[in-house]
Amino acid sequence: MTFHITIDGRQVPVVPGQTIGAALHAAGVRSWRTTRFGGRPRGLFCGIGVCFDCLISVNGRAPERACLLEAAPGDEVTTS
Amino acid sequence: MTYDLVVIGGGPAGVAGALTAALAGLRVALIDSGARLGGQYFRHAAAHGTGHAAESGLARFLRLGERLGERADLLLRHQVWHISQNDGGDFTVHCNGPDGGPVAVRARRLLIATGAHDRPLPFPGWDLPGVLTAGGAQALLKGNGVVPGRRVVVGGTGPFLLPVATGLAEAGARVLGVYEANGGLGLARHPLLAMGKAGEAAGYAATLARHLVPYRTRRAVVAAHGEREVQAVTVARLDQDWNVLATRVVECDTVAVGYGFVPQIELGLQLGCGTRQDVDGSPVLSVDSAQRTTVPGVWAAGEPTGVGGWQLSELEGRIAGRSIAERPVAGVLTRRRDRGRAFGAALQRAYPVKAGWQGWLRADTLVCRCEEVPLARVREARDLGATDARSVKLLARPGMGWCQGRICGYAVSCLAGEPQQPSRRPIAQPVSLGALADTADGIPDDPATDPVDDPAH
Amino acid sequence: MSDVIVVGAGVVGAACAYYAARAGLDVTVIDRGPVAGGTTGSGEGNVLVSDKEPGPELELAVLSNGLWRSLAERHDRQAGPGAHGGFEFEAKGGLVVAETDEIQRRLVELAAEQGLEHVLVSGPELRDYEPRLAEGLAGGVLYPQDAQVQPMLAAARLLRDGADSFGRGTLHLRLGVTVTGFVHSGERVTGVRTSHGDVLGGAVINAAGTWGGEVAALAGVTLPILPRRGFILVTEPLPEPLIKHKVYTAAYVTNVASDSADLETSAVVEGTPAGTVLIGASRERVGFDRTTSVPVLARLAAQAVALFPALREARAIRSYCGFRPYCPDHLPVIGADPRLPGLYHACGHEGAGIGLAPATGHLLAQVLTGQTPDLDLKPFRPDRFSEDSP
Ligand SMILES: Cc1cc2nc3c(=O)[nH]c(=O)nc-3n(C[C@H](O)[C@H](O)[C@H](O)COP(=O)(O)OP(=O)(O)OC[C@H]3O[C@@H](n4cnc5c(N)ncnc54)[C@H](O)[C@@H]3O)c2cc1C
Ligand SMILES: Cc1cc2nc3c(=O)[nH]c(=O)nc-3n(C[C@H](O)[C@H](O)[C@H](O)COP(=O)(O)OP(=O)(O)OC[C@H]3O[C@@H](n4cnc5c(N)ncnc54)[C@H](O)[C@@H]3O)c2cc1C
Ligand code: FES
Repeated sequence: MTFHITIDGRQVPVVPGQTIGAALHAAGVRSWRTTRFGGRPRGLFCGIGVCFDCLISVNGRAPERACLLEAAPGDEVTTS
Repeated sequence: MTYDLVVIGGGPAGVAGALTAALAGLRVALIDSGARLGGQYFRHAAAHGTGHAAESGLARFLRLGERLGERADLLLRHQVWHISQNDGGDFTVHCNGPDGGPVAVRARRLLIATGAHDRPLPFPGWDLPGVLTAGGAQALLKGNGVVPGRRVVVGGTGPFLLPVATGLAEAGARVLGVYEANGGLGLARHPLLAMGKAGEAAGYAATLARHLVPYRTRRAVVAAHGEREVQAVTVARLDQDWNVLATRVVECDTVAVGYGFVPQIELGLQLGCGTRQDVDGSPVLSVDSAQRTTVPGVWAAGEPTGVGGWQLSELEGRIAGRSIAERPVAGVLTRRRDRGRAFGAALQRAYPVKAGWQGWLRADTLVCRCEEVPLARVREARDLGATDARSVKLLARPGMGWCQGRICGYAVSCLAGEPQQPSRRPIAQPVSLGALADTADGIPDDPATDPVDDPAH
Repeated sequence: MSDVIVVGAGVVGAACAYYAARAGLDVTVIDRGPVAGGTTGSGEGNVLVSDKEPGPELELAVLSNGLWRSLAERHDRQAGPGAHGGFEFEAKGGLVVAETDEIQRRLVELAAEQGLEHVLVSGPELRDYEPRLAEGLAGGVLYPQDAQVQPMLAAARLLRDGADSFGRGTLHLRLGVTVTGFVHSGERVTGVRTSHGDVLGGAVINAAGTWGGEVAALAGVTLPILPRRGFILVTEPLPEPLIKHKVYTAAYVTNVASDSADLETSAVVEGTPAGTVLIGASRERVGFDRTTSVPVLARLAAQAVALFPALREARAIRSYCGFRPYCPDHLPVIGADPRLPGLYHACGHEGAGIGLAPATGHLLAQVLTGQTPDLDLKPFRPDRFSEDSP
């Protein structure tokens, strides 16, 4: 039942209904962007769309909240 | 088309309010940013197992959601960014639709049921990946079936730490400890007992015991360590005011911390609704006994009116629904709600945030994660004449970033030495300039109202 | 007792206090709120010469522009290069763009009359200056002198530097203190009554911005200062800077000088050091109403996107509004009030108070210390309105 998305070319399994953030976190990918000034790694923090730590670019679009966005088969995400 | 009622929020409060009003014959739409109804408490995975559904009323909630789906329009994956009142007195609810495009929904009446979010406190290392809010850890588990980590430390204050810790332990995480910053009493004399929740408390206690999870009071996670993610935390023994007495290091890969909740009231503020301070100092929307806010036509239910647990939220939603439909509200409902509120207030009194946490910070500890503002810059702003939280923000930028101060707002108020003020957020959710610009030439009124096929899933 | 009491700790009051202290006077600054809690905390930080018609305001703007520069340099001599004055000073230059050839012709004329340093930019050349500008614009004029400051930091720094640096005059800051009246002695003003007791001084400067009329009224004189509301949209921080200069359309110049009470908007777009893009500017006279207007925000967004199509994808995360202190003739009020000895005014700078603050403070300090001011203050005199009225 699972499908895959890719992060920087690497495959990550997804259970349907999971968010991109949850799928990455489950696969051990805990950060996918760095901050503007300090270059600090960021991933999930609040998990419910409030903190914006988890911003990620999916299929080339402007960054969105990974904890809100349900993964779709074939989604390609890039770290920044 | 103008709905009789638009409800914002699909948690227990919003669903109860929408269903009650719809059953009374009103044309209702319910809007939620999530993909499924549930809100925070009834958050559930798309394919939830039966075991989970049977738990704590989820199955019942899902049935309510299904009934609602038959009688009302459910606009899921719609983020409300602004509500304005039109000249005729009705309202326009501006949303980002599922594809990011603008959607506007008109309503004669509104019910604000937008819930709350975790209230974190800053500490050195709190922005390392692997440090999550308690609610965040729970959302991974409940909403996605993902166990957030292998070796987990739970910390903060309040009874909410218990379901989080038990949930994690039952899902197979090794919970190394639950560190409750308040109370010298321990689990055996947990305030839940005194409040008629003995069964609930005992259930948590039993689960924690079964999984050998230590529950320690007057302890807190005061620092997280690691290079690119958390590898250990410093756990401190605290005095009454949360000053550090002694510390030790605990190795872990995940931390879940929460110090209570912040009610989300900005949509009410946009409409000019009056506020009051809750027991813990949080600004909340003022409502009367029928859940009416100070703005005619606008009701509020659930955590925007004060935090008190999902049952209270649901009761408030039902009362609001009756009142919106101009039906009498049974005295038994209001009495139960009043008891629920007293309970919520008692919990807030039992689990205050004490000033000693400020001593956990170092000069370079980030207070604001979005704008990366360390404590030193907040202090500098105070030196420069910032005497309140707003001017600290203007001079040093905490709260100016993506989250709009939702995460750091409480801490910044404390550091500025003032009670938390209601935060005006005219744009409650980011909206693309393209979508906003398209709004200029007339808003696509009436969303396709594609009632999402299966609301509960 | 101070030599000077300044009412208002906005950028204008801060500049008045700074230059007075620098001139050797003892100064007390009083504000009912924090530093920069008024309009200074809800504006943008443009220090513009480009948008001024030739005349007294342009002269004031040019003087002020030079003073902002030297304030920044002075600070950086101590704090080190790259400190940007301690208030994010950036001499980034302003680019005014024209949608049509006719507008471009008028811009070129205006530039010739202003006598400012400028570069005429043809339509095709526009993108050499601003690569992300929309296609099809007729041309523009670049003004290298236009600059930017972070207004709240600027006000705070001026107060701090005024208090610290000179060893001659002194500067005391009293925040959270409301002025409720004036103390008179014979014909003169000799102090203010406040929520925290009387404060006496040799002179009182009314730097209460949009509330300058109210403060004047407490002293028994009239100043016709009204609020003119403006909204600003702020985007999320963009991954790469999209916009180099402060870019605005020619309509901005006419709106600034307009007398209409109705809503006017014109695109003013610029990047900030924090990576966000600020989008202004709307002007309307609706009293002190803070209610967010979605149609106004939508128009601002539409105009910005028309100038920079790449902004379509950028998200607005905040908006705020402020109330410009507006006088009927669009000029500030600066100088001694001949109707009431001891009372001075420094308010009513409308949409240019950040830019004009240092010159205002500098000129008033000259007046207070008996020097001849560098500019003729007659066009700014406080009693001009009563004379004008029939
Ligand atoms: C992460 C988290 C986990 C929690 N877990 C528990 C728990 O295990 N046990 C417990 O007793 N309590 C828990 N709580 C407290 C819990 O919030 C309440 O018990 C209960 O869920 C409150 O119900 P509600 O209807 O008031 O709000 P919520 O359930 O929070 O529902 C509010 C809904 O409004 C939506 N919303 C908000 N703003 C917008 C907007 N601008 N546009 C569109 N939609 C919007 C949200 O998506 C959400 O679905 C938790 C709280 C949080 C924050
Ligand atoms: C949207 C917008 C954009 C703008 N953009 C620009 C720009 O780019 N460039 C530019 O140059 N200008 C700009 N402006 C205009 C600029 O912000 C103002 O002209 C300037 O801030 C005025 O400063 P001030 O010190 O006179 O007033 P304020 O900053 O308002 O200060 C007045 C102070 O007086 C205090 N006060 C009032 N009454 C009393 C009392 N009774 N007792 C004690 N204290 C009192 C107030 O608390 C306040 O702090 C903009 C304005 C707006 C609204
Ligand atoms: S984790 Fe906070 S917004 Fe996604």
